[in-house]
Amino acid sequence: MTAGAPAPAEPDVADAAVRPEAITAAPAATTTTRARWRRPLARNRNVLVGTTLLIVFVLAAIFAGALATHNPTRLDPGARLRPPSAQHYFGTDEFGRDVYSLVLYGSRVSLLVGGVTMLLTSAGGVVIGLAAGFYRRLDLLIMRVTDGLMAFPAILLAIAFMAARGPGVWNVILALSIVYMPRTALLIRSTVLSVRELDYVQAARSLGRPDLGIACRHILPNCLAPLLVQGTFIFAYAILAEAILGFLGVGVPPYVPSWGNVISSGKNVIREAFWVSLFPGLALTVAGLSLNLLGDGLRDVLDPRLRVRQ
Amino acid sequence: MTAYLLRRILAVIPVMLVVVTVVFLLVHLIPGDPASAMLGPDATPAQIEATRRQFGLDRPIWEQLLNFYGRVLQGDLGHSYFLNRPVTGVLWERAEPTLLLTFSALLVAIAIGVPSGIVAGAYPGSLADRVLMLGALLGVCIPGFWLSLNFVYFFAVKLAWLPAAGYSSLLVDPWAALRFMVLPAVSLGFNQSALIARIARSCMLEVLQQDYIRTARAKGLREGVVIYLHAFRNALVPVVTVIGITMAILIGGAVVTEIVFNIPGLGRLVISAILRRDYPVVQGVVLVTAAAYVLINLAVDMLYAFIDPRIRYD
Repeated sequence: MTAGAPAPAEPDVADAAVRPEAITAAPAATTTTRARWRRPLARNRNVLVGTTLLIVFVLAAIFAGALATHNPTRLDPGARLRPPSAQHYFGTDEFGRDVYSLVLYGSRVSLLVGGVTMLLTSAGGVVIGLAAGFYRRLDLLIMRVTDGLMAFPAILLAIAFMAARGPGVWNVILALSIVYMPRTALLIRSTVLSVRELDYVQAARSLGRPDLGIACRHILPNCLAPLLVQGTFIFAYAILAEAILGFLGVGVPPYVPSWGNVISSGKNVIREAFWVSLFPGLALTVAGLSLNLLGDGLRDVLDPRLRVRQ
Repeated sequence: MTAYLLRRILAVIPVMLVVVTVVFLLVHLIPGDPASAMLGPDATPAQIEATRRQFGLDRPIWEQLLNFYGRVLQGDLGHSYFLNRPVTGVLWERAEPTLLLTFSALLVAIAIGVPSGIVAGAYPGSLADRVLMLGALLGVCIPGFWLSLNFVYFFAVKLAWLPAAGYSSLLVDPWAALRFMVLPAVSLGFNQSALIARIARSCMLEVLQQDYIRTARAKGLREGVVIYLHAFRNALVPVVTVIGITMAILIGGAVVTEIVFNIPGLGRLVISAILRRDYPVVQGVVLVTAAAYVLINLAVDMLYAFIDPRIRYD
């Protein structure tokens, strides 16, 4: 992910000091900025398609209980490896579990892992990135640790962490947050480094504003757009990584319905029952597609300098 | 140039220091007593105590860390207590399949990604561009391990063209090695080809807007000559970096692919080591892979400096 900083969204403090009316104009300017984004966001095809698919995904997770036709954890040896039919829309797995219901319930795990990982990496990344960007002494130490953590292939570091901590949803979330946090921290740091030299931040500093105030009031708002774009992609990576960990047998415990676990059980019966791995894989692909489209669209609208040329 | 290379090589030291520290800390992330976790629930207190002494877990943590640095510097990655052998030896044995898989997948990724990106970038907005970029988007979204399973189903089970799983050394039976490697390499390389294609397209678009391209066109050169002789070579420069990143991602991806295709490489070794709680092997694989990742990035940076002289004068 390339780091980048959008144009400053804050009003110029130095200018405000000269023209007091500019201070009262600030909220109006923010509203205009929001309005300026809202229309392109609503018009962007990637954002529209991505958001629609994501809403479907979220609704499926929320209403999994109502939409599921069977109990996803109920074993039914008499109905094992049944192909897709009116009774079992996506067929059944080797234990006779309904794959359609497993896919629906599996979306809950994916959403939980993806969403919480995104929030944790964003929160941690902001704190670390701001600290690194603001305090040069801390920067050296933080950057060395970040470089070191980023030297590990992401999935292997997550596997290693899971090896130590053992299976479990929260361990997966923790592992993925540790893996992806350095990327967000780097992004925030680079934004801070570019924004902190701008005139209005220098002016705020010379007016005696405390560092925390400058960071929260003047620098953080500039980090939000890249953070949102990055967060969307991390959501997608986390969903995929959770499925990979489940597939390898080191993610959430095997009895928890998750897409990775179902694909893993489908691997053992791929010759007789391709549908067991097919449908959770499709769900994973669509979830990834929705978030990638949304991320691409958000990047195009919120951070035009990173836009993929048309 | 020498100063740049020296600076770049020296920058590896702090990174490797962090890598080794993280690998060391892995054992200390185990909930409770690492020695009890390694031995399982049936271990006697005497066995636990012996293991603690054997692994130095009874020493202060800073002393353990310094010992670990010392051992790693001497190439000693510990002893696998399940295989009852030095970890370094096990890693050497298992490295060949992983290296073969990674390089084959890299070839696939480059072979698909670079031409796709160049063609898409050379003719933006065309049907070819749209189809290729849609393919690239799907390539990014389709999970590689799931694609592997589908490949197994279609090409091995249904069509019986290729073996579903297995491995043969290139040195023992090259033809069999090639047949075994086709499906894993394609399924692992496909995802990364999408990344390369997207970057190559964007680089191509960037290059086509440069003044020297306008000059080439103004001279009356044919479009094919402009694109393939003038633009293509310059567009490839940033792609080299992406290929480096790709290589590093492929090392991680190989873990999963090896499980699907039953390839006896480092990935399968680390997963079986996790299940056996053979932590020295887990640490060894993670450390060696991260070191490879760092060295590949170093090599790419050096290569980049050779290709683009502007870098080394910065």
